[in-house]
Amino acid sequence: MKKEISRRSFLKGGLAAAGAVAASSLPLPEAVKAATGEELATLIDIRKCIGCEACVEACQEVNEPKFPEPKKPFPKMYPSRVKVSDWSDDRDVTDRLTPYNWVFIQEATVMVNGKEETFSFPRRCMHCQNPPCADLCPWGAARKLRNGITRIDADICLGGSKCKTVCPWHFPQRQTGVGLYLDILPNFAGNGVMYKCDRCYNRIEKGELPACIDICPENVQKIGPRGEIIKEAHAIAKEIKGYIYGEKENGGTNTIYVSPVPFEDLNKAIEIGPGMPDLNPVKDSMAHADNLAKAMIIAPIAGIAAAAGKFYSTSKKLTHTEEGKK
Amino acid sequence: MKAHSYALTAGKKWLKTFYILLFTLMAFTGFGQMPIFKRYYISDIPGMGWSADFYVTHYIHYIGAILLLGLLAYCIFDYFFTGRREFSLTVSAYVRILLLGGIVITGIFRVLKNLPDVVFSPEFTLFIDIAHLGFMMFYLLAALLFLIIKSGWVRELRN
Repeated sequence: MKKEISRRSFLKGGLAAAGAVAASSLPLPEAVKAATGEELATLIDIRKCIGCEACVEACQEVNEPKFPEPKKPFPKMYPSRVKVSDWSDDRDVTDRLTPYNWVFIQEATVMVNGKEETFSFPRRCMHCQNPPCADLCPWGAARKLRNGITRIDADICLGGSKCKTVCPWHFPQRQTGVGLYLDILPNFAGNGVMYKCDRCYNRIEKGELPACIDICPENVQKIGPRGEIIKEAHAIAKEIKGYIYGEKENGGTNTIYVSPVPFEDLNKAIEIGPGMPDLNPVKDSMAHADNLAKAMIIAPIAGIAAAAGKFYSTSKKLTHTEEGKK
Repeated sequence: MKAHSYALTAGKKWLKTFYILLFTLMAFTGFGQMPIFKRYYISDIPGMGWSADFYVTHYIHYIGAILLLGLLAYCIFDYFFTGRREFSLTVSAYVRILLLGGIVITGIFRVLKNLPDVVFSPEFTLFIDIAHLGFMMFYLLAALLFLIIKSGWVRELRN
């Protein structure tokens, strides 16, 4: 039996799950997780991508209701070093990530067996398994869902851009003049809302595929339980003697790329800059914090032991003193 | 003043100084989790560049939490083993313990949330984030008030 999850089978499964959801009143991601015990991941086979930008257009169309509608003029922000980030007049930009463009196509021309070859592939949030954007967000605006999606709640985000700073790929993009900060201290705190791919969480809730996967004429992407996606990625990599990106990066992500050429070569060939992420190897950003968290279990035990030691030695001294008096 | 058989470590000056320094560091690195130090030039002060690095302030906050948990456990058990024979807690101590408890409990949940494979509901995540900050703000206000009215943690029991 074929285990991979294709668009068709995902939709079929999604519809079946939606029926079960309707019966059990549970949202789909929970049902999927309960059935598989795993997060959902996407597989991007870059050999298939023709760079047609159908995914980019579909993403913009489907997510248009989520896009920011900033109020102008923007409140003056202090101190003067705080810069406005306004993409509202450049909504058509598709060659990089912006608050209005959550996926874009990156291109790399590399030499394969002495022949020049161009690869294109969609880039958007990797949806890390332990996302630093969600872990370090001071308000819980950036959060990880049980189905492996990391999303930013536009109703809570203050646009401080911390998520972008701590993201190894700097995916989130800011739009000024929108969001909760306008109701608090618009001149002195916050600067809008951060936007990035939310892997169409609302479509997945309804049993539908993310728009970029659904529209793709070349079936570049697949979505399914992470274990199966990883297995398939390794099978493809073995077959084509290829390479994988995203499995181990930043401690593991839910976006797995498979390529016939090393990602190191692709990384050298792509345009990198603001809104255009690299393909560098990434160490687990939260690994040190996770290790320190373990030490937090030991600390109180050490404290109790020290107090008990002090009590024991003081009691011993007092007993000796009293015995001496006798 | 009567000579105590069991000296309460919490009363030692070095420990008070350590506690105040530790708490100041925790408050500073805690506030540093908000993107304000760069905006308001704190990180531009010579030697303070690290304060704009969210990972660095996060590690320091975690290390401070380790020390604070050890210290709190030591002081609590030192009081129960020895101190309560000769001292009782003041009302202000109970207020501070309540607020400290809030900081520690919400902090523990915050640390748990940051572990891989631990996912809380959005509402609970928001609650612990705001509550952690709220307990800290109230603790600082309470500490300031008790400093003004000179109310300590313990008072001697009269035999």
